[in-house]
Amino acid sequence: MSINPEQTIKFSPTHRLQWEEAQQKFVILYPEGLVELNQTSAEILKCCDGTLALAQIIATLEEKFATRGLTDDITAFLEVALHNGWIEQ
Amino acid sequence: MAGLNNNMTSLTPPRWLLAELTYACPLQCPYCSNPVDYANYKTELSTDDWKRVLTQARQMGAVQLGFSGGEPLTRQDLPELVQHAKALGYYSNLITSGYGMTEAKIIELKAAGLDHIQVSIQASNQQLNDHIAGTESFVHKKQVAHWVKQHGYPMVLCVVLHRDNIGQMQDILAMAEELGADYLELANTQYYGWAHLNRDLLLPTKAQFEQAEAIAQAYKEKVAGKMKIYYVVPDFYEDRPKACMNGWGSTFLTIAPDGTALPCHSARQLPGLDCPNVNDYSIAEIWNDSKAFNFFRGDDWMKEPCRSCDEKAKDFGGCRCQAYLLTGDLYATDPVCSKSSQRGVIQQAIEGAQRNIESAAEKPLIFRNNKNSKTLSNPV
Repeated sequence: MSINPEQTIKFSPTHRLQWEEAQQKFVILYPEGLVELNQTSAEILKCCDGTLALAQIIATLEEKFATRGLTDDITAFLEVALHNGWIEQ
Repeated sequence: MAGLNNNMTSLTPPRWLLAELTYACPLQCPYCSNPVDYANYKTELSTDDWKRVLTQARQMGAVQLGFSGGEPLTRQDLPELVQHAKALGYYSNLITSGYGMTEAKIIELKAAGLDHIQVSIQASNQQLNDHIAGTESFVHKKQVAHWVKQHGYPMVLCVVLHRDNIGQMQDILAMAEELGADYLELANTQYYGWAHLNRDLLLPTKAQFEQAEAIAQAYKEKVAGKMKIYYVVPDFYEDRPKACMNGWGSTFLTIAPDGTALPCHSARQLPGLDCPNVNDYSIAEIWNDSKAFNFFRGDDWMKEPCRSCDEKAKDFGGCRCQAYLLTGDLYATDPVCSKSSQRGVIQQAIEGAQRNIESAAEKPLIFRNNKNSKTLSNPV
């Protein structure tokens, strides 16, 4: 199972991405499960809205943070996210 | 500094709230995690009390919420509580036997904002399911599982494993697939409460356990991406204890039906904790300042070999309830650990179960019901 660069990526409809005020961080919620996210991971997942493919997500984030060379980190995280069922294509 | 141990372990907020709405249950599972003397606790929090608890715990940071029991469906105010939880931003899980569930109720709960329903099934066939549950329930449970899927909930099937059903692993997996489970929880019995009483009849042999685990692991790879399998290990066959509750007072908050706040759902059996009640204190006072929630925070309480162990931050010395139940000392290393000088009690438990299998006159299971609870907790 790996990311298909041709297809758009969307956050899983059976999971929930939510801001937690008390912890000042985003979390993923699913049946009896909770994953606390760092800021970078949350930014990547927020781009998974079903309209963007991998290259567009990378471009969006590189522009947003005015930086380059995020391809490897973003791809690696999205592979993990796909494997865990947080995103789908 | 209130709420901090003198070794300055930082206080983390509760993130998981288990709301045990009631001890009432139409089933009689002989491994129930409710206390053996549950029949002595007759009072239940009111709807308003529960709403206050949900609100206060949410403010503290709790976000995963389990409605449990007993059988939570016996509470008529369940949809009202679900609605309150939804408004607060909880992810709410209903942990049910399915008994008493109707399709109309499933629809009503969905509209109220329930996120997920976990249905327990006791075995892969009707005869054993109905025997273990002490109630005719198998056919209805499968119907409930279908409704859960049909109405768009993620469906978690939970099967508690023990000697009588662990040999059905292949059939249990096939049943989960047929029912379209998104998650399958294969929970080896944890030996507290009723399960502790019935341990000689429930504990599988090592060969049974290893065979079942091999089947489950192979299946896990086969269904990767379709069904998630949570495998809860039977720690009697491990050589390191479980990281119980992710660390005492670090993550989990259980509220018992009468409002007693517990650091874990078994903690009621530990002596001297003086567990506080939500009728007397706010959740913040309970979490931050109560004796019970600070009792095993950090590692100052530990004895050897835990105190100098390089794994103490990983498993926190194991389970306090298990240490107390099996060694009589709530500060002892969990005897599951191979570094424990009392590991022998685990071996004795395994041998005791083995003897019981071989014995011609196997003693009967003690089912979890009011009559047995009263008899066992008020001996004459």
